[in-house]
Amino acid sequence: MATKEAFADVGHDYTSTGLNHTKVAMWSFLGSDCLFFGAMISTYLLYRTRTLSGPTPHEIYDIPFTSVSSFVLLMSSLTMVLALAAIQRGDHRGLRIWLFATAFLGTTFIGGQIYEFTTFVEEGLKLSTSPFGSAFFMLTGLHGAHVTVGILMLLSLAGLSFSGKLNQEDSLKVEMIGLYWHFVDIVWIIIFTVVYLIPTE
Amino acid sequence: MAVAAYRQRGLFARPSATSGWKSWFTTVDHKKIGIMYGVTAFFFFIIGGLEAIAVRLQLAQPNGDVLSNDLYNQFFTMHGLTMIFMVVMPMGVALMNYFIPLMIGARDVAFPRLNAFSYWVFLLGGIFIYSSFFLGGAPDGGWFGYAPLSRTLPSHGMDFYAIGLQILGIASLAGAINFVVTIINMRAPGMTLLRMPVFIWMSLVTSFLLVFAMPVLSIALFQLMFDRLFEANFFNPAAGGDPLLWQHLFWVFGHPEVYILILPAMGIVSEIIPVFSRKPLFGYAAIVFAGAAIGFMGWGVWAHHMFAVGLGPIANSAFALSTMFIAVPTGVKIFNWLGTMWGGSLRFTTPMLFAIGFVSMFVIGGLSGVSHSIVPHDAQQTDTYYIVAHFHYVLFGGALFGVMAGIYYWWPKIFGHMLSEGLGKLNFWLWFIGFNLTFAPMHILGLQGMPRRIASYPDGMGWNMWNFVETIGAFVIAVSVLVFLANVAISRRKKVEAGDDPWDARTLEWSIPSPTPEYNFARVPMVHARDDFWHKKYIDTPDGEPSRVFAGGANGHDEHEDHGVHLPSPSYFPLAAAFGLPVLSYGTIYHSVVGMIAGALILVLGLFAWALEPQFAEGEGGH
Amino acid sequence: MAQTPVHGDDMATAPQAAEELHHHPGPRQYVWVAIVLAIITAAEVVIYYIPGLESVLVPFLLAFSAVKFVLVVMWFMHLKFDSHLFRRLFVTGFILAMIVFSIVLATFFLGPEAPGLTG
Repeated sequence: MATKEAFADVGHDYTSTGLNHTKVAMWSFLGSDCLFFGAMISTYLLYRTRTLSGPTPHEIYDIPFTSVSSFVLLMSSLTMVLALAAIQRGDHRGLRIWLFATAFLGTTFIGGQIYEFTTFVEEGLKLSTSPFGSAFFMLTGLHGAHVTVGILMLLSLAGLSFSGKLNQEDSLKVEMIGLYWHFVDIVWIIIFTVVYLIPTE
Repeated sequence: MAVAAYRQRGLFARPSATSGWKSWFTTVDHKKIGIMYGVTAFFFFIIGGLEAIAVRLQLAQPNGDVLSNDLYNQFFTMHGLTMIFMVVMPMGVALMNYFIPLMIGARDVAFPRLNAFSYWVFLLGGIFIYSSFFLGGAPDGGWFGYAPLSRTLPSHGMDFYAIGLQILGIASLAGAINFVVTIINMRAPGMTLLRMPVFIWMSLVTSFLLVFAMPVLSIALFQLMFDRLFEANFFNPAAGGDPLLWQHLFWVFGHPEVYILILPAMGIVSEIIPVFSRKPLFGYAAIVFAGAAIGFMGWGVWAHHMFAVGLGPIANSAFALSTMFIAVPTGVKIFNWLGTMWGGSLRFTTPMLFAIGFVSMFVIGGLSGVSHSIVPHDAQQTDTYYIVAHFHYVLFGGALFGVMAGIYYWWPKIFGHMLSEGLGKLNFWLWFIGFNLTFAPMHILGLQGMPRRIASYPDGMGWNMWNFVETIGAFVIAVSVLVFLANVAISRRKKVEAGDDPWDARTLEWSIPSPTPEYNFARVPMVHARDDFWHKKYIDTPDGEPSRVFAGGANGHDEHEDHGVHLPSPSYFPLAAAFGLPVLSYGTIYHSVVGMIAGALILVLGLFAWALEPQFAEGEGGH
Repeated sequence: MAQTPVHGDDMATAPQAAEELHHHPGPRQYVWVAIVLAIITAAEVVIYYIPGLESVLVPFLLAFSAVKFVLVVMWFMHLKFDSHLFRRLFVTGFILAMIVFSIVLATFFLGPEAPGLTG
């Protein structure tokens, strides 16, 4: 009768699924962030018509401007995935170029947000003006905060690469920050449509 | 495979001590972290209990004058916040932290430093919230923080509430992600999902609930915080803000939260009852699926907390139905626990008493809960003591009984000695009697119309006697807690050695020495079945009687061998980064830009340093 | 057995990565996806401005953004080619958010006397 092995001889890096811990964690976190933005977007949808005596959405939105910054953010997802492809084939120069491109596009987007916010405030829409104002600024503000954190992480990756500490085997780090970055982009895809484009009648 | 060369970086050398009092500040060992969670949670339990005693003293007689209205509001708010966020949740996390790796055959959790970070953030968040007592007043708007009252209460109390709960939320979310990855990815070979102990299943469902529910609370709290500190209008009715938005966001979190509170305890008793019935758990698959079902369905019932706000008959009916349905999976579990005991060879040890107490008290709480689901019934019950009775039966009678069961059951594995059975039984009976004396009469008072959340009540309502009885009950509970503390102290001195497997139990944590060695398992076990340890100890003989295999399943008694196990190295950075959060928070409340920047910097720099630090310190990572 | 101290993470993905390279989209495919995304965005803006399309505007916009969302998630985030566990983790959160918040908004906009429509 064959005796069953009581003990397992596994390597240091054994996992039950063959998948990477950090990747499982990152996708769980992104699933959780769906609830975060879902709650905030719902608040916006509830409050977008509650404008008191302040500006209404379509009085104040500058669609051409926001379209351009949406396009910028969208393209930053392309540069991000090109950065990942570069490090995966060991192209360090390509990695740095595309990381900087992504950070640059992200910073341009944030610059656009800041310009938009200051313009709105000048035109009479502040956080305190109305529920619409509160919801608009908090939703786009939280998104912008997410983008800013992403930019910091991108620049850190670039820094690591420059000091020779980001190797081909470390491409996972780039992949993880990439996942975060793309998520921030898809949240904006939703925000651009739901907040800016869909009319409030 | 390239060996990365890790330099010692920065001003401070990396800590390396794994023993001594200082090592607790830098530990990344799940067992130490679990103990810290447990001790801290118990400390908060005493405080939350004293708050309850104060409330009960105030309510012992009509027109009480023990506490002013303002103080009463702070005490009952903090009692709720403390018990939910600083006692029951961290107690569950303490046991999950200590025992998840042990029960799945792992040597730690997936992210040891993140684990430490979760603990320190919890501790600092709890201290932050409590500091409010000395800074103008504690939160006083109820643990549920209903707007618009919560946005206008003048002291800083509700600012500490809004921000403090965010801090605790970060700790919970990080911990939950850690446990999700650990359970999915670090099970010993052969441990398929359906061979996992039920405690692991319940921990997994709980962790998923945390992952998805905490962000919703976070948004609600951000909105409240901005209303209070930056003149936003989320919940300002005069500006068109809607108080119902707060209620929806809060209860979309709040209802899954109650399952977060109870599922770990259900997992604990699912381990204890089979051991002390000498029978496998009846209907393992049904219990697992029921637990998952509770997790799913828990997202569809939240508006039963809002039956009286005017949602209308369609919404009310829909949520009434979903609430009635969710009783079903819980019922399945109750019957399975009973089925496990039926025909078993029962041993009424202290953990078993607490486990049986859990089942019976939770059923009572569940029954009153089902009565709430009948909307016209709830119209009378809501905002009365009948509701207070219900949730104390499920949270105290359920979660706390379950936690006590777990503490008595697992104490020998953690500390290597037994808790006294005599004192344990005294603890149990005082606890059981005190609990019922305190909370059973609340059903009656509620149906007699006594409202909840009131600082005093007038004479002549017919409420005096039961209120007095309840206060006596609270003191009996307090005595029971003292008995527990005495048990801890006396047993520590007597040190009756436990051995590896004092209960003749079924799961992997009992296959290793007590107290648990630092590396957990000398050799990673190969799992062949559910209750694998039991099957290594006993083989079934033709006449059906299990036959003991000598020393079967024992793992790790050749301590002289190093086993070549390398554990993740200690680190300062989880604690250091955690400090950033209260600093940032004080800065926000007091509108101090310097404070906010300082806090943010501490947090960000701490996180950076942590990210750049390798998991294994130089020299530790290889042979 | 010698235990090399590689970041445990990377070892676990080494066999994974080799497999992925077979269906791993290359830079060219990524650029194509980006071009499609740009075209859709342009279409969204154009449709927004065309008068007379009001009745179909909202469904179109929602459909377009859904397509963009799926493209980024499936290709840029690689979900199409990765283990289904990741898909389940993300989709669970997403669907949960959609359903729960649809119900919340429904109680405001479809409730009695529709209190959510004031202001």
